[in-house]
This record gives sequence, structure tokens and C-alpha cells, in this order.
Amino acid sequence: MEKRARFKSAWLPYALVAPQIIVTLLFFVWPAVQAMYQSMLLQDAFGGYSEFVWFDNFRTLFADSNYLGSFKTTAVFSVLVAVLGLSLSLILAAFADRVAKGAAVYKTFLIWPYAVSPVVVGVLWMFMLSPTLGIVSHWLHYIGIDWNHVLNGRHAMILIVIAAVWKQVSYNFLFFLAGLQSIPKSLLEAAAIDGAGPVKRFATIVFPLLSPTTFFLLVVNIVYAFFDTFAIIEATTQGGPGKDTEILVYKVFNDGFKGGDLGGAAAQSVILMTIVIVLTVVQFKYVEKKVQYA
Amino acid sequence: MKFKFNALAMACALATVSVSAHAVTEISWWHSMAGALGDRVNGLADEFNKSQTEFKVVPVYKGAYDEAMAAATAAYRAGNAPDILQVFEVGTATMMYSKGAIKPVSEVMKLAGEPFDPSAYVPAIGGYYAAPKGAGLLSLPFNSSTTVMFYNKDMFTKAGLDPNKPPVTWTELAADAAKLKASGAKCGYTTTWQSWVELESFSTWHNVEFASKNNGFDGLDTRLKFNSPLHVKHIENLANWAKQGLFTYAGRKDEATSKFYSGECGLLTGSSSSYADIAKNSKFKFGIATLPYYNDVPGAPQNTMIGGASLWVMGGKKTEDYKGVAKFFKFLSKPEVQAKWHQETGYLPTTLAAYDITRKSGFYDRNPGTDVPVKQMITKTTDKSRGIRLGNMPQIRTIIDEELENVWTGKITAKQALDTAVERGNLLLERFEKTNK
Repeated sequence: MEKRARFKSAWLPYALVAPQIIVTLLFFVWPAVQAMYQSMLLQDAFGGYSEFVWFDNFRTLFADSNYLGSFKTTAVFSVLVAVLGLSLSLILAAFADRVAKGAAVYKTFLIWPYAVSPVVVGVLWMFMLSPTLGIVSHWLHYIGIDWNHVLNGRHAMILIVIAAVWKQVSYNFLFFLAGLQSIPKSLLEAAAIDGAGPVKRFATIVFPLLSPTTFFLLVVNIVYAFFDTFAIIEATTQGGPGKDTEILVYKVFNDGFKGGDLGGAAAQSVILMTIVIVLTVVQFKYVEKKVQYA
Repeated sequence: MKFKFNALAMACALATVSVSAHAVTEISWWHSMAGALGDRVNGLADEFNKSQTEFKVVPVYKGAYDEAMAAATAAYRAGNAPDILQVFEVGTATMMYSKGAIKPVSEVMKLAGEPFDPSAYVPAIGGYYAAPKGAGLLSLPFNSSTTVMFYNKDMFTKAGLDPNKPPVTWTELAADAAKLKASGAKCGYTTTWQSWVELESFSTWHNVEFASKNNGFDGLDTRLKFNSPLHVKHIENLANWAKQGLFTYAGRKDEATSKFYSGECGLLTGSSSSYADIAKNSKFKFGIATLPYYNDVPGAPQNTMIGGASLWVMGGKKTEDYKGVAKFFKFLSKPEVQAKWHQETGYLPTTLAAYDITRKSGFYDRNPGTDVPVKQMITKTTDKSRGIRLGNMPQIRTIIDEELENVWTGKITAKQALDTAVERGNLLLERFEKTNK
């Protein structure tokens, strides 16, 4: 007997998906179209003057060697955030999955950072690593590392990566833990009886079964690194020293909201949107082939 | 061609308080004064509200200067702008050229029939916010600060220096910083807001142009000029002192203040409004002195540049609202109100009368050094020292920060940095010129 419910109504399916469509149109498609339109305007901050300039804003951007440099910075930053964020949270989830006692406490502590706003995360790490007052930089000094993210570009990059990863680990952890807990125990037990050690079991059974989760998180993390991290940078390095930590989204925020250059910022966000769309398509086309949906 | 901007992303601006009670006209005032300064702002509004029954000023804290300004531009586009907006000094050009978005203070006063005399203001401050060709004031000077030098008297004594003789020239500063280092100090000299102190105020203090057309006062087709030999020499000196460990770079904003009051650095240049913070946090005796200068430059020292903010009146409001704004501004300009604000906050007195009241009350004798910034500013200004009024100035500051950081890290030379900064900044000035024809 077929269990699936059947609806005869012609309009009901449309009505049911309508809220989702409306939300998407209102909060994604419309703003995106607006951004594309604005990216071709030259405006003053108050909108008193406005001129349609076609692709001038884009031309200005690509003539700026600093803007091109920030692509590289963004690539380094997002790869580090995605790779470190995913591996660290997978390790934590694997451990949390194994504990029997006090599991709830561990989980709560691991999920906690997600509730903290990015600005607070940034300020928190900046204080701990402050060259003068920071407790971590104090320890680093003892082992011979002269920490100074104000003047050392590499240190500044490490700082924002740590802050961005620290915040995102909780989110990744939740998904990995749920994924781990849905892996049938019988498979693992059978493998254990066959003589496979914990590492082998993880590599051949657990990880492949986790691949849908990992893939989903990879996409989410890249998007996170691209779009949600400007608050951390604003609170810590402001893109400095020099331009060493100026990622694309920070420049959008800085030019648009602080500089009042809405046309230029809109052009940048259109470019940013294109990059993320391309990246996502590539991921779905190539990386997804390695994913096994159970 | 004109396009109407869509307000979607600016929905936050709807938070404007504009609900008005029956007879009382409400005047909304967006400001960026947090903490103790915010309390003082609320106090000013209360005092005014109690003094009459027609109007009610409602102060709203809208975040830091740049945030408040972004919120106001968005609100203006959505038709919800506040009546009064506090804007930092680097936003002046953006405000004054935004046609229709603002209403010059002198016009507001005229409209309301309130007598108003721009010459009552300290010249360096009044001049900064003056309309071109002597057409009165564009915005009301409110909280102005300037660049001064703080020094740690205890550390001076320890280093064998005279605690009552702060360095006057940059050469003396370097020598003193070296002695401080030799006596075991972690850092000799540090600064907050490097662009403001080492280039902007540096220019007016030495009476050299930061940008052409009298620093932008005489037109939109202004171009940056802070890569002159004098500027290059100064940045080169700082870079050398950084290499020798005499100058420590602490960050783009006011991070250096904590390095001073924690006793790490013996010398600090920064805003006069840091006084309150330093007085509260330091456990040592400190002095306030004028900004150092190069004594071989003719005309130096002139006067330092102003910082802080002024109050702008937004355009497109009802006459009734402007009458209220004018009444409130008249209240704020009262010498007693001004003097009290100056003494309580560490900001400059904006009118000469307020300075006189404060001086006669003996405030400066009780709080030695608090008159240094005032004296630095009251000097007569020249066309080159009136201030700097450039479009896209917040972004130009960021460019300067980036390039100077590359000098401190030793990536490029002072000359390369200043040349690049001028070149990059000029592109922004051209852009501003285009959008404000």
C-alpha cells in the first residue's frame, strides 16, 4: 500500500512553496538586482547626485592593484578558515561522540561560542593577543615569539583566522556530531570484529558516511569566510597592517558604510557574489561527485 | 538624471524617533557620545527642555562617528533624517557638499530670527566650519579637540630629565626618547591617530599645505600635497626612530593611549580629549605640552588642527523644527554652557567667552596643562592652517594608515609611502569632485 499522501488540489503545492519563494525574492533576488543596478551608479553619500556610468566602477576597481591583491588575501583567509574550521570541529566531534560521562557539558561548552557576536569574538582574541596587555602574547614572549599583529602581517592574519575559526567551530561541530551519531553502530562493530582499528574504521567507514555533511559544511564555511567575517576584521585589524588582512568583504563594508561610496561598494559586492556563485557551482559539479549520499 | 534610492538595506533607519506629542515640537539629535560624555549630552538636552515648554530635544546615541553618519545618510535617503546630527571633522566636506541634505546653521538662525555671531567662536574652530566667502557658519562647533603631547613626569625624573621641561622640537623629542629608553623604559614615544597627528596637524602646525587650494577650502579640484620634502623628512625620522626603538607604533586609532597610561611609553601625542582617560587611569604625574615642531621651518609653530565634531542641521524640515533647533543652538552657544562642557569633558571651549570664563574661574590653575590645547588653537590661523576639508577624507585616512604601516614595517621608504598615498588619495578626490559637481 502506498503511504505517500496525494493532493488533488492544483493550487495547494504552489501555496505551500509560496512563503519560501516570497522570502527568497524579497531577501535575496531583489537586493541582488538592486546591487547590480547600484554598481553602475556614481553617487554622493546622500544620494543628491546620481549618474549612470555603466561599468566605470568595475573599471576603477580592476585598475587598482590593491584591489587585485585583496583577492589573494581572501583566498588565503577563506581556505585557512574552511580547512582549519572543518578539521578542528571534526576532531572535537569525534571525541565528543566517544565520551560517555558528562557529554552534555562538553557539548554545551563547544556550542557556546556560536552565540557570541563576531565583534565580541574579535575583541576577545585581540585582547588575549594584544602585544602589550595580552595574556597569550605574554606566554608567546616566553617561548621566544615576539607577537605583534599591529605590525606583523602574518600575525594579523593568524589572529583573524583564529577568531573566525573559533566562532565557526561550534556550528560545524553540531553538524558533525549529528552526522557521527547517525552512523549505524552495527557497521562499525562489524568492522571491529574484522580487525579494523579505530583509525582504519574512521577512514574507511565513518568519513565516507560523513561526506554529505562535510560537503555541506564546506560550502557553508566558504560562504561564511567570504561574507560574515568583516565584523571580526573591523574589530581587530581594520585590514592592516598595510593591506595584509583586507579581504574583499571588508573592503565592501569599509568603502560603502564608512566611506559612503555606495556605487563602488555595490560593484565590489556584485563581484563577490559572482565569485561565491562560481565557487558553489564548482563545488557542486566536481567535489560533490566524491560525496556518497547513503 | 536623478534616481530615487531604494531604502531596503536601510530599514534600520526607520528607528528614528519622530513621534511628536501635541503642542511640543520634538527635535531629534543623533550623536556619538558614549559613556560619561553621553550622560553629559543628555544633561544638556534636559537642561534645555526644562528652560522652555515649546520644544523638546531628544538625544539618541547612534554609535561611533562613522556609524552615526552612515545611519544618517541612510535615514536621509529614506526620508527619516534627524533634525540635528553630530558629524566628525573629517566628514565636513561630505556634509557641506551634499546639496539639500543640510541647512547651514547661519541660515537656520536667520530663519528663526535668532541673533548669531560667528566671530564669537575661536578662529581656528569657527574657520573650520565656516561657509566659503564669509557666508556664516555651516555647522555649529560643539566638541572640538586638538593634538597635544602628554609626557610621564615620573619617567622623566627616572631618566634624569627635567620633569618640567617637555621636549619642544622633534629633535629634542628623539633625544628625550633615547634617554627614556636608556633608563629602562619599554618604549619612548608613541602616537594615536597617526594621520591626524603626524601629517594633518603636522601640516597646519608648520604652516605647510596638506592639500592644494588651501587644503580644500577653496574648491573641489584640490589635490593632496603631503609628500613635500618636509613631510617626507618627518616620516623618515619617525621610521628611523622606530628602527632604533624610540618610536613605537601601537595602532590606527587610540590604542597608544593605554600604552601611555600603563607606564610603558613616556611620551604620547594625541587628542586633548584623552585627558579625562589619562587622568583617570594613570598612577603617575603627567604633563601636557604642545605638539613638537621643527624649528628650522619658517612660520612654525602656527596652530594645530582641530578634531572632534560639530552639529549639522539636516535639510527638508519644517520651519517650526528649525525654530526649535535655533533655540537649542542658542542655548548651546551660551558661554556658561560652553565653559561647563569644556571643563567637564576636556574638549576645547569653542567660544572665546567660554575660555575667558574658565580662565577667570581659576580652572586652569587647578588643572595645570588643560589650557595648552586652547592656547595652541587660539593663535591666529592662516589659509594653510585653518584646517583640512577634503572629500572622502575618512578613506584617505585609511590609505595613509595603510601606507604608513608599510613604512613602520620597513617594506617601503617614507618617500614611496607618501607618494603612493598621495596618488591613491587623489583618485578619491577626483571621484568626489565628479559626484559633487
